[in-house]
Amino acid sequence: MSIPADLKYTKSHEWVRLEADGNVTVGITHHAQELLGDMVFVENPTLGRQLRAGEECAVVESVKAASDVYAPIAGEVVAANGDLEGAPESINQDPYAAWMFRVKPAQAGDLDALMDAGAYTAHVDSEAH
Amino acid sequence: MLIFEHTQPGRRAHSLALSDAQEAHDLPAELLRQQPPLLPQASELDVVRHYTRLSQKNFSIDTQFYPLGSCTMKYNPRVCNTLAMLPQLLARHPLADADTGQGFLVCLYELQEMLKEITGMAAVSMAPMAGAHGEFAGVAMIRAYHDARGDSARREIIVPDAAHGTNPATASMCGYTVREIPTDRQGNVDLDALKASVGPHTAGLMLTNPSTLGVFEKSIVAIQNIVHEAGGLSYYDGANLNAILGRVRPGDMGFDVIHMNLHKTFSTPHGGGGPGAGPVGVSERLRPFLPIPYVLEDLGAYRWAEEGDCPRSIGRMSAFGGNMGVLLRAWVYARMLGGRGMRRVAEFATLNANYLAAELKRSGFDLAYPERRASHEFIVTLKKLKDTTGVSAMDFAKRLLDYGFHAPTTYFPMLVPECLLIEPSETESRETLDAFVAAMVKVLEEARMQPEMVKGAPHTLPVRRLDDVRAARELDLTWKLG
Repeated sequence: MSIPADLKYTKSHEWVRLEADGNVTVGITHHAQELLGDMVFVENPTLGRQLRAGEECAVVESVKAASDVYAPIAGEVVAANGDLEGAPESINQDPYAAWMFRVKPAQAGDLDALMDAGAYTAHVDSEAH
Repeated sequence: MLIFEHTQPGRRAHSLALSDAQEAHDLPAELLRQQPPLLPQASELDVVRHYTRLSQKNFSIDTQFYPLGSCTMKYNPRVCNTLAMLPQLLARHPLADADTGQGFLVCLYELQEMLKEITGMAAVSMAPMAGAHGEFAGVAMIRAYHDARGDSARREIIVPDAAHGTNPATASMCGYTVREIPTDRQGNVDLDALKASVGPHTAGLMLTNPSTLGVFEKSIVAIQNIVHEAGGLSYYDGANLNAILGRVRPGDMGFDVIHMNLHKTFSTPHGGGGPGAGPVGVSERLRPFLPIPYVLEDLGAYRWAEEGDCPRSIGRMSAFGGNMGVLLRAWVYARMLGGRGMRRVAEFATLNANYLAAELKRSGFDLAYPERRASHEFIVTLKKLKDTTGVSAMDFAKRLLDYGFHAPTTYFPMLVPECLLIEPSETESRETLDAFVAAMVKVLEEARMQPEMVKGAPHTLPVRRLDDVRAARELDLTWKLG
C-alpha cells in the first residue's frame, strides 16, 4: 500500500497536496482505488463551486460501485482534471498523479486538521477486517 | 448470437391472422407504413431452438445451486405459479367491479392479514411494486408523519454502513440528507455513534436486519429506544425477512415501518429486474399515511380502498392492484406454509447458512465475522489469498462456474475486502451444500497451486471472462440491422 509522506489525508480516503500557489490538489488514495477496483467513470465538481468541508463534491464509479468523493476542506473549485473523463483508469494506474480537482482554501490553516501519512496508515489499518 | 442474426429473408412462422381479417382501409396515408417493420425473419423451429439454447447456457435455480448472497435465490414451488396463473385470475380485467371478483380480493385481503401477522405491524399496503418502491413508500410515510405534526426541522435519516445500498438512496429520494454511522467489529451498529448522531434533526433510522453482513443486530431494542427518544421513527428494511419468519417480528421490536420483498421470500422467480412486490407494514401512528391501493373489508364484502377512505394517504403507488402475479404467488406460498411452515423456513435457512459457514471455516476459509452466528447468509473474505497468490474474489467466483455452481455475491458488502457473500437458502439439501464445499476447497487448492489458471476462469463455459471494465466504459446496448 502506497501512502506518500508529503501528502495530507482524510478519513474518507482522499489525498490532499498543498501547492506553491496556496491552492490544494485533491485525489483518491491508493487504498481507495484498490477497494473500488477498475474505474469506469469520474465526475468532477464544476469550476467556481463553493465547497463546504466534508461535502460530497465528486463521484468515482468503478465496476464494483459508485462512490462519493468529499471535499477535504472548504473553498472554491479552481481546477478539475479533464483528462480523467477519457481515462478514468489513470486513477488505478497512479492515484497520486491522477489528481481530480483543485480548491482555493477558504482559510489557509484548514489543512492542518487533516491526517498526515502516519495517522492515515493507522486509520486504514483500523478499518481492515 | 441474437435472434436477428438468424434471419433468412422471407422466412417466417405461421401467421396467426384469421383469413377473414379486415384490412383497415380508412387510415390516413401518411400514417401507413411504407415498408414492413425490421423484425427477425426465422421459422418457428429456429426460434424455439434459439431460445432453448440460450436457456441452456444460463445458470438458474432450476439447474444449479445459486448461493447469491442478499438475493435469496431459493426454490419457488411450481404450484405457486400454477395457481397464480389460473385463467380465472389471469383473465380478470383490472377495472372489473369488485362484486365480480370477491374471491380474488379475498386472496389479497388474506395476504395483507398474513403479512400483518408475520411482521407484527398494525396495517399493510401491498401497493409498492418492488423493494425500492416499498422503501420509498416507507420513508415518504415517515416524512408525511413529521410534516403532519409541523415538525419540519427533522431533515436527516440515519443509515448504518451495513445497510442495503438502497437505504441511503431512498432517504435522498424523499428529500432527506443521509447520515451514515459505522458498525463495530462484530457487525453491530455502533451505539455511541448513533447516540451522537440523533437529535431534533433526526427524522428516522433505516436499519437493514439481518444486515448485509449476515448478522442479526444485537442491540436492536436499544437502537429503537435511542431513535424514538430523539423523536425519530424507525424503519426496518425487511428484504432479508427469510431468516426471521415466524421467529421474531419487527412490530414487536417497536419498528414504525417495514417493507418486505415478497419476490424474494414468498416464491416469485426473481433476478434480472424481474417482477417484484414490496409491501409496507406500519405501526398505528403511520396507518393514516399508507399508500393505496389496498383491500378493505366491509361486513364480509371486499373492495379497494380509494382516496376518500384515507385522505391522509401518501397517495396511489400503482395503477391497479399492485404487482398481482407476485401477490398471488405469495398468497399461495403463505397458505401452503402456514405459521409453522414459515418458522421452518427461517430455521432451515439459518441452519443451512451456519452449516455451510462452519464447513468452510473448517476447510480453511476465513469468515469475516467468525465469532458471530450467521443468520441467512455469511461472508467469506479471500483477502489473504489475494495477498499471497493474486487470486481475487472475482477470479475465485468465476472458477466456481466451471464446477457448475452459480457464484456467490462478490465485493458486496464493500465493508469487507475480497468478499464472497453466501446465502444457501432453506431449500438446498445437505448433499448440495457438501458438494459446494468440495468445489470451494478444490478452487482454493487450485488458487495456491495454479493461480494463473484460476485467474483465467471460466474455462468450460460458452462465454469466457467478460471484459466488464470495457463494457462499462464503452456501453453499447443496441443492435443495428443490416
